[in-house]
Amino acid sequence: MPQILCRDLAAGYPGHPVFSGLNFSVNAGDYLCIVGENGAGKTTLMKTLLGLRKPLAGRVEFGDGLTPREIGYLSQQTPVQRDFPASVREVVLSGFQGRMGLRPFYNRAEKEQARENMARLGIEDLAGHCYRDLSGGQQQRVLLARALGAARKLLLLDEPVAGLDPLVTADMYRILRELHQSGMTIVMITHDVSEALPFANRVLHIGKRLFSGSQTEYRSWRAALAAPAGKAG
Amino acid sequence: MDALLSKLLLYLQYPFVIHALIVGLLIALCSSLFGVTLVLKRFSFIGDGLAHVAFGAMAAASVLGFANRTAFILPVTILCAVWLLRGGQSARVKGDAAIAMISVGALAFGYLLLHLFTPSANISADVCGTLFGSASILTLTEEEVWLCAVLSLLMLLVFILFYHKIFYVTFDEDFARAVGTNARLYNLLIALVIAVIIVLSMNLVGSLLISAFVIFPALSAMRLFATFRTVTIGAAVVSVLGALLGLLLAIVAGTPVGATIVAIDALAFFLCTLAGRLRDGATG
Repeated sequence: MPQILCRDLAAGYPGHPVFSGLNFSVNAGDYLCIVGENGAGKTTLMKTLLGLRKPLAGRVEFGDGLTPREIGYLSQQTPVQRDFPASVREVVLSGFQGRMGLRPFYNRAEKEQARENMARLGIEDLAGHCYRDLSGGQQQRVLLARALGAARKLLLLDEPVAGLDPLVTADMYRILRELHQSGMTIVMITHDVSEALPFANRVLHIGKRLFSGSQTEYRSWRAALAAPAGKAG
Repeated sequence: MDALLSKLLLYLQYPFVIHALIVGLLIALCSSLFGVTLVLKRFSFIGDGLAHVAFGAMAAASVLGFANRTAFILPVTILCAVWLLRGGQSARVKGDAAIAMISVGALAFGYLLLHLFTPSANISADVCGTLFGSASILTLTEEEVWLCAVLSLLMLLVFILFYHKIFYVTFDEDFARAVGTNARLYNLLIALVIAVIIVLSMNLVGSLLISAFVIFPALSAMRLFATFRTVTIGAAVVSVLGALLGLLLAIVAGTPVGATIVAIDALAFFLCTLAGRLRDGATG
């Protein structure tokens, strides 16, 4: 049983699905990239996987012992967060809340792990800083550190490198690859086909045509699509 | 100065003044703590809307002749708060429009009820008192003081126990829901607490001035501080000091309690803004 299984999934607005008939699965240890044009419904798909939106049709099933409390999520930033008074430590620690239930305060193990996550992402010395004063790349790393607090098995990322400069982007991909190598399943939405794809073992393309398969299969699919129009893939 | 001080000391010997101070400071503390969340959730006006609902409910309660008016006002206000805060993005009437609608609707309805059915000849004074708080804080009965104190302490306890969770769902509700937290439940809890605080604050500052009372301390603290913890503590300190100063000033100078406190809170906001600017100018 895969960790996530989507059967005949349709999502979007009632009467206006952005995609439908989507079948794919995510297995433990996968590094899956979700690609597709703007407006193809990549973020909608991710929100549907997370249960933030109800599917119009079909279903999303969790398997392989995965529960929502073992999933980390790195979303695109919301306007509220840009002027929210919060320290880096406060944001990173809040990643543990999902599994804390009603316990009101963080315990020592969680504080220690938050420190480790910050160290892993190179933001340990920013712990007391205000989140809104950080650069885009630093903010993204803070949100990733928070997601790591929640992610035990699976990490979902919505365009983690949007708006970052090339150096910071490369760093982000390095961090993700390390996480993947340490056993985390990674599902990432990306625009950045040339940079991000080499790390992925599987690709999901959504849009007018749907595709799900390995990276080599994806490349030949793209080439076959482009060929009749006379363009080189 | 000596005359003022002796006047103040004289007043402080009266139990009703002590009661007013205790209740005022407790309410100021609670409202500022949850005010931070309201401002950050972009719900600054919810206090205003709910206060007008409470005014409408108060009018209905007096027309119907209920002895214990709070017992009627509180549930009505809570229901409206829950409706306003849970509607969120899916609601057909969007947030700000819903608040404006409820706010003016309840105000008009309440005034109409009072006008049509109150036997009292002095309606405008009654209405004015409810809207601006007048001196009602000084006329609290012992039961009201106890009710206020117990409810405030309860709200304070809720805030302390849920402090981290309030931060968590306010900072990023989508993330909270994505990792399996029932964010709706926490929104409901926040709505409930806000409604209780609004009804309690009505005695102190009156319906029209409540939102100033709730949001000024939070906004002041946000000019000076940059983390959730410091903003929360800062707002509490500004609010309690403002309420203390406002109450003492109102007692000594005989000015309306609510308006005095809000004026001081507004002044504090400008001072904090100025201090923030100066500091940023110096470092930047």
